[in-house]
Amino acid sequence: MTPNPTVPSQSSRRRLVAVPALLAALALTAACSNSSGGSGDGGGAAQTLTGDCAKYQPYAGHSGTTVTMFASILSPESDNLEKSWAEFSKCTGIRISYEGSNDFESQLPVRVAGGNAPDFAIIPQPGLLAQMVKSGKVVKPPAQTVANQDKWSPVWKTYGSVDGTFYAAPMSANMKSLVWYSPKAFAAAGYEVPKTWADLMTLSDRIAKAGGPKPWCGGIASGTATGWPATDWLEEVVLGTYGGDVYDQWVGHQVKFSDQKITTAMRTVADWMLNPAWVNGGYGDVKSIATTTFQDAGAPILTGKCAMLQQASFYEAQWPKGTKVAPDGDVFAFHLPAVNPAIANPVEGGGEFLAAFSGRPEVQAVQNYLSSSDWASSRVKTASGWVSANQGVDKSLYTDPIDKLSAEALTDPSATFRFDASDMMPAAIGSGQEWKSLTAWFAEGQSIQKVAGDIDAAWPK
Amino acid sequence: MSVSGSPPAADSLAVGAWGDAAVKFGNSVGAIAGFLGILLVVFLVAGRARGRLARPLAVLVFLGPAVLLLVVGLVAPLIRTVYLSLHNADGSRFVGGENFGWAFTTDSVQKVLVNTLLWLLVAPLAATGLGLVLALLVDRMRGQSVYKSLIFMPMAISLVGASIIFKFVYEARGKDQPQIGLLSQLAHAVGWSDPPNWLLSQPLNTFLLMVVMVWVQTGFAMVVLSAAIKAIPDEVVEAARLDGATGVRLFWYVTVPMIRTTVMVVLTTVMIITLKAFDIVRTMTGGNFGTQVLANEMYSQSFGQSNDGRGGALAVLLFLAVLPLVAYNIVQLRREREVR
Repeated sequence: MTPNPTVPSQSSRRRLVAVPALLAALALTAACSNSSGGSGDGGGAAQTLTGDCAKYQPYAGHSGTTVTMFASILSPESDNLEKSWAEFSKCTGIRISYEGSNDFESQLPVRVAGGNAPDFAIIPQPGLLAQMVKSGKVVKPPAQTVANQDKWSPVWKTYGSVDGTFYAAPMSANMKSLVWYSPKAFAAAGYEVPKTWADLMTLSDRIAKAGGPKPWCGGIASGTATGWPATDWLEEVVLGTYGGDVYDQWVGHQVKFSDQKITTAMRTVADWMLNPAWVNGGYGDVKSIATTTFQDAGAPILTGKCAMLQQASFYEAQWPKGTKVAPDGDVFAFHLPAVNPAIANPVEGGGEFLAAFSGRPEVQAVQNYLSSSDWASSRVKTASGWVSANQGVDKSLYTDPIDKLSAEALTDPSATFRFDASDMMPAAIGSGQEWKSLTAWFAEGQSIQKVAGDIDAAWPK
Repeated sequence: MSVSGSPPAADSLAVGAWGDAAVKFGNSVGAIAGFLGILLVVFLVAGRARGRLARPLAVLVFLGPAVLLLVVGLVAPLIRTVYLSLHNADGSRFVGGENFGWAFTTDSVQKVLVNTLLWLLVAPLAATGLGLVLALLVDRMRGQSVYKSLIFMPMAISLVGASIIFKFVYEARGKDQPQIGLLSQLAHAVGWSDPPNWLLSQPLNTFLLMVVMVWVQTGFAMVVLSAAIKAIPDEVVEAARLDGATGVRLFWYVTVPMIRTTVMVVLTTVMIITLKAFDIVRTMTGGNFGTQVLANEMYSQSFGQSNDGRGGALAVLLFLAVLPLVAYNIVQLRREREVR
């Protein structure tokens, strides 16, 4: 500093002293706050839980820890989830920090690739699970979780597995093979719930000819996921026409979309949901299905503009407050019959799987608990709108008739259960080209050959 | 519910939640304070440096962070995107120009490119043209600030919000059903009993989506152009008037040449916004019914279908399309500054 002839003034010299002191203080605060943010007494010996907490003894010993969970379930549904494990958290001291996002499917891969994976993700698509496993970040479940899986029918284990290795236990199940209708309107018009596909078609024809409401309403608009309800219609028909084997081969692309079997199924769908005389009650022509949101689709049933809607069990949440959902109420649902009577009781469904991205002991404890029938029962008791295919859940716990109906169908050993095909196909198809092409089928009247060919062409090599 | 036997656990849970939040807050504040502290030290050192080192040090201190942020936020992602565009879906295998080949030979992507081009030509021209007309009209009116505010107001609405508003406007129902969409109801009111389902009718729907962009951007164009018109010296206009120029001639031969650079800057700015338009298409049609554009297709490929290669290729195309516009914009701005 010699070249500078001016001497630093008193005040600037004091400033020079003050700055390092300030920095030191800051560093100290940061260090303190970090150490207090540690994992507490995680290493301590497992305490003994008594009273109401005794049943959580197997999960004890991780008090003061936190696990993070990321999913697509938003409030208020997620509030019920948090309530269902509140007691577990209180007793074991493991906090579950839940985060829901409606952009979950695109955000999870980004977070995992970015090294910011949550401890848990609730994944509703086996296709996405497979993609996550491929990233190498999914941790295999502990032995207890694998053992708990036996309470679900064996086919569920394959849906939580990738290349034969089991990774994620299912948390919930939903039933897609339902037809919503109005028991009151049916009774007034003298219609009966159809038992076979032929009956269903005859009934549709009868309703259409009666000149009142149209037999069917439908909507496949769902923001960027527009098209998914149409994939369900095709899946129901494929499963109900050919059974599980062809369905599995179709999912694996051994049977192509342009295969005669699938195009025949598409023709069946066309005679049903693309039939100008049958749709789209309350909204307009066939094309209006493409711009009607799936949430709005069923509303005309209540106003007598249409008679039926094929939609999953979770559609129950869409009915306005005060709608009586019961076998003799404003709306109820019946099991969509098989197209081919030789196929026993086809049930198409979906579900959510709990994948772990960490093997910490508290993460494994939560994983064990959430795969148990104790937790499943606890969630069923918390609020309606949640179905588990866990055989260990007492069916009398279901208070809602649709939940009960779904649970019975999903745990029925004689049923031909298959998981939603588009959720298992590669994302480029299942949440890409198939949505796009089926939407174009409804909106632009594209031919079955073009739709099938476009989807096959997009299949990743 | 009693939790006998483990009150400490319950306590620590409650404390844990608050403690966690406190720690996080403390860390954030600490990080910000630390950052400011470091900056302070760096500036102090730079400010005290004397002699030969002073200038390079000052350049480093003041330019360094900006360059660093540019490299981290712009250059590195650019390189990474180009890298991804030359690889397969998960970036594991080099595939050369395959993704670009896909982009230029697939029917659906061709449609996307055509739509993007349509957007690029129509929306900015319409927004700038309308903005210019409104600027001229409003300029002569009493209480112009009120009108200007009203026209400018859509700028305050996000593109997603504007899209949702227009989605309701375009909502269509069968002709024998009660209409809930404004446009269909208007059509009925003037005696058009069977209007189309607006968002489904190609290629009309693409233009209907552009209306949203024009609605939002016209206000911006009007305000900027109005300022430019006001900046034309009165002497020039008076001289033109004395020479006999009036009305349209005055507009074409005096006003437009005088504000030409501003018009170009507005036009190119709206073009850049249009090229990146993704919210409108995503919100209103999700890219269905033949309305897909480049930016939205890029997002769908990368994040919906996890095909980073194809998404990367589309991103590179988008970047190449925006580049000349940005360059032109900068040149124009610089030229304008030199004139002043």
